[in-house]
This record gives sequence, C-alpha cells and structure tokens, in this order.
Amino acid sequence: MSNTVLSRGDYWFSLLTKGAKIRRGQCASIKVADGDILGQVARFIAVVPDAKNKYPRAAHGEVGLLEGWTLAQVVHEVIESDKLNSNKTAIIAIIDVPSQAYGRREEAFGIHQALAGAAGAYAKARLAGHPIVGLIVGKAMSGAFLAHGYQANRLIAFDNDEVMIHAMGKESAARITLRSVTALEKLAASIPPMAYDIDNYNKLGLLYKLLTITNPDNASDNEITLVKQTINDAITDIIKHGVDLKCRLGGKDRHTSVVVREKMRAHW
Amino acid sequence: MPNRDMSFIELSARERARRILDQGSFRELLDPFEKITSPWLEPQGIVPEFDDGMVVAKGKFNGKPTVIIAIEGVFQGGSMGEVSGAKMAAALELAAEDNRSGIATQALLLFETGGVRLQEANLGLAAIADIHSAIVDLRRYVPVIGITAGTVGCFGGMSIAAGLCSYLVVTREARLGLNGPQVIEQEAGIEEYNSRDRPFIWSMTGGEVRYKNGFADIIVKDSVNDVKTAIIQCMNKGLPDTLRSDDYDYYLQKLNAIDTSKQADATLVKNIFGRGDRK
Repeated sequence: MSNTVLSRGDYWFSLLTKGAKIRRGQCASIKVADGDILGQVARFIAVVPDAKNKYPRAAHGEVGLLEGWTLAQVVHEVIESDKLNSNKTAIIAIIDVPSQAYGRREEAFGIHQALAGAAGAYAKARLAGHPIVGLIVGKAMSGAFLAHGYQANRLIAFDNDEVMIHAMGKESAARITLRSVTALEKLAASIPPMAYDIDNYNKLGLLYKLLTITNPDNASDNEITLVKQTINDAITDIIKHGVDLKCRLGGKDRHTSVVVREKMRAHW
Repeated sequence: MPNRDMSFIELSARERARRILDQGSFRELLDPFEKITSPWLEPQGIVPEFDDGMVVAKGKFNGKPTVIIAIEGVFQGGSMGEVSGAKMAAALELAAEDNRSGIATQALLLFETGGVRLQEANLGLAAIADIHSAIVDLRRYVPVIGITAGTVGCFGGMSIAAGLCSYLVVTREARLGLNGPQVIEQEAGIEEYNSRDRPFIWSMTGGEVRYKNGFADIIVKDSVNDVKTAIIQCMNKGLPDTLRSDDYDYYLQKLNAIDTSKQADATLVKNIFGRGDRK
C-alpha cells in the first residue's frame, strides 16, 4: 500500500483500521477492513477516489455503479457471516462522498439500482441487528449519502467547514430552482433544511454527536481517541435502543415529521 | 364503473388510488381536510397544498388489506418534502407493524416524483432515507409493489426507493433514473448528456428500455385495468426469490465486463442488459 492519502475519508479509514485485516479484490474505490473499535468487532467501509476508475465519472470519490454494487456486496458479506451469531459485527461507514456519479453510462446501466443495492444492504444489516455507525468526515451529498451512510443507526459528524450534507450541489440546485447561486445561498441562510453547513444540519436532529476536531486532515492522538470512543458509545447506545431510526426524530426543526407520524397512527 | 377502462396517467394521485382499490373501500388518511402543510414553503413564497402532494389511502385490493401511497406529480413535480416524505414513511412503517402483529397489510407505491424537494432539501433527503428503511423492512413480509406511470416518472432518491421494491411496474410513458437530465448536463457537460435531446433521454431511461433491460418487472399500457392486472400478477408471485437490489453478483459481473473506453448508446445497453424474453 502506498502512503499517499487519497482523501479525508481515506485518512480516517487508515486511522481507524490500523492493524485491521484489509479486504482485497473489489474495486479500488471501496476500502474495506475487518478489525475492532475499542474491542468491539467491526467492519470499516469507505468510498475513496480512484483516478483510474473504470467508470471515469466516479473517479473523484463519487458513488457510482461499481461503488454501489460493491457496497451491497461487502455489507451482505457481514450479514451472511454473522447469520447464526447473536453478537453482530458492527459496521462503520466512513463518509466523505462528494456526490453520486453523474453520467450517461451511469443512467443507462442503472445507477439507481446500484444505489438501491447499497442502501438496501445497509438497511438489511441494521434490521438484522448489526450496529451501524456513520462517521461524516467530509461531504455527505445526496444519492451518495443515501447509498453510503444514511441507513446507519447513528450518525456522527465533524464540526468543520468542509463537512457538508445536502441534497444537491449549489450550482445544480440553483439551476433547477431557477435561482442564482447568490439567491440560493441567501435563502439557505434562513431556512435550516436548505442550508449547506453542519451547524444548521445539526438543528434537524439527525446527528447523534457533532465532534470538534481542530484539523480533520491531521488529527491529534486525543482527537482520534475521542472519535473511537464516540463510535463505541454509539454502538452501545444502538444495542440498547434497537434497530430503527426513531432516534432521528427529536430535532426541533424536524418536529412536523413527528406530528405526521402521530396523526398517521391515530388515523390508521 | 367496474369494467370500463380509462387512462391511468391522466388521473390524479387520489383518483389513481381510488380506482385501484376495491370499489367502496378507499379511505384516505391525513386527507386535505387535516391541513398538514409544509412549514417550509410559505417562507419561500410558494403556496403549500393541504395534502403536501401525497395521498395515503387504506382499503382492500383483491379483497386483501392494502395501503396505497400515491405521489401527486402535479404539485411541485411530485417532490419529497418533510410532510409528504413523512406521510409515505409513516404509512410504510405502520404497514410493517401490521404485518408483525399478524395483519398482512400490503403496500402499493405510486411514484411520480423528481426526488427531493430542493426547498426542503435536507429534510426531504432524511425522509427518503426513512422511506428506504421502511421499504426494506416491509418487503420482508409482503411484496412492496412500485408503479411509475408518468408523466413525471421517478428520479433522485425515489428512484432508489423504486429499486428497493419487490416488484416494479412501468408504462411506456414513464421514465426512471437517478439523476435528472438537466443535472447530468450541468455536472458532466452536454457531450455526456444532452438534456434537450428527448429521443436520446427516452432511449436511456424510458419505461420500455427499463423493462427490456431488466430494471422493471412488468410493462403495462396506460390503462387502469392493465395496472390492476399487473398488481395482481405481482401479488400472486408473492415474495420474490431474489430481490433486484440484492443481485450484486449479476450486476458486478456485467459492469466489470463492459469496455468503457467507448461511450454507451442504446444498442450497447441492450446487448449487455437486454433480456431475450422481453421483446
């Protein structure tokens, strides 16, 4: 292995998987290792850039066709190997995904189905009792995030300017909503679900923890320990509270989602 | 009018649900009189709808307990906001609960959606993740059947939802894809994807090619009766032996074998993914 760091996601993957067993044979843009997080057995998964990606529209860390289906494969492996175990291996998704892959081959060869493969695998693993923790170290955008991370029981993010969670990049969102980028940014500043920054995202109640890491591209030993401890705490919390996503419904800016569920149940 | 056929595409979401369910069994939940509107649209100068463009109805289909969740493509392009998304997620979650307590409630999802409503961006995305989760949960018990008829089609995170369904029914008038043509052109350039070249767009994402290339299970005419027949066929099959979204071996083998030095066209896609039994 070369020591070149491919991305922030790659950097955190290597920090968390020291001494772990690296899985090989899949596409280079999906890194997988089996190890532990403070004693808890875990499989670590990251999507990383691969400049030589067979599908060039996925060369910069995007989740494309191979990435989606490979995520499905490596998550299914965990489900299968723990089928008879009551102690389920945890899955740690390290999230730094700029977007899904946008391209002609992608649409033609069914990237929506590849991403369904990935999202479906993570959801199946969670429902089977595997604690899944998503660690957002960089971008978590749109379809890429749906495929890699959003099915986690708990999401942990770094409080950092380069951490961004959104449904669409600014330029495209502006074009689709017939606004200028400046107008979009102005609007986003007053409407929390439209905002691009992590502080506004945090108000939606979707995160388990927001961690302050001074320099996420060069973390201190204490910070690495903090991240490991937080992931470990999340796993304990998951085991205590079960497989569903109810813990995401506590945010004040997501209150209407709770009201809808209460009313739907009352009318059901 | 039980036997008189009519266009399915021309119907509103509410009428689609009403016509699919057994006569007289339609009961809408959180209907427009409940007035649960999006809290995010008015501050942006957009007039909300009292149903937020999502129709949830319980009733019987073929005599069995069924929930239909139908997206109204006319309102904001069928986009998924906090309320519309939560309505769909909640209904799927309750259907799964029903199944766990011995009531075999089945679910039909009518997709007419461009994906996330960008005015509610992150809450739309979060709701779609909940919907994915709920489909995966429910499809363990009963087939979850998706239908995309057109004219909006099914895009964005909701195309992933369609990909998670046990069965997917399309018409020739539907399109199914992750990324809308405009966004691909914006991100990748006009050489890669010309959003104004409509025949090209249809040759990539139209209902007919999706069916022929194995990304949908049944193709139907624009007819209420044919849609209902297709649903019965899916229900009679029961839980599928292999879910399309679990078929990573098949797709990885195909994708790894493709020569990506040249750009794709409709013929190439057909040669690789085309199913001989689907002319």
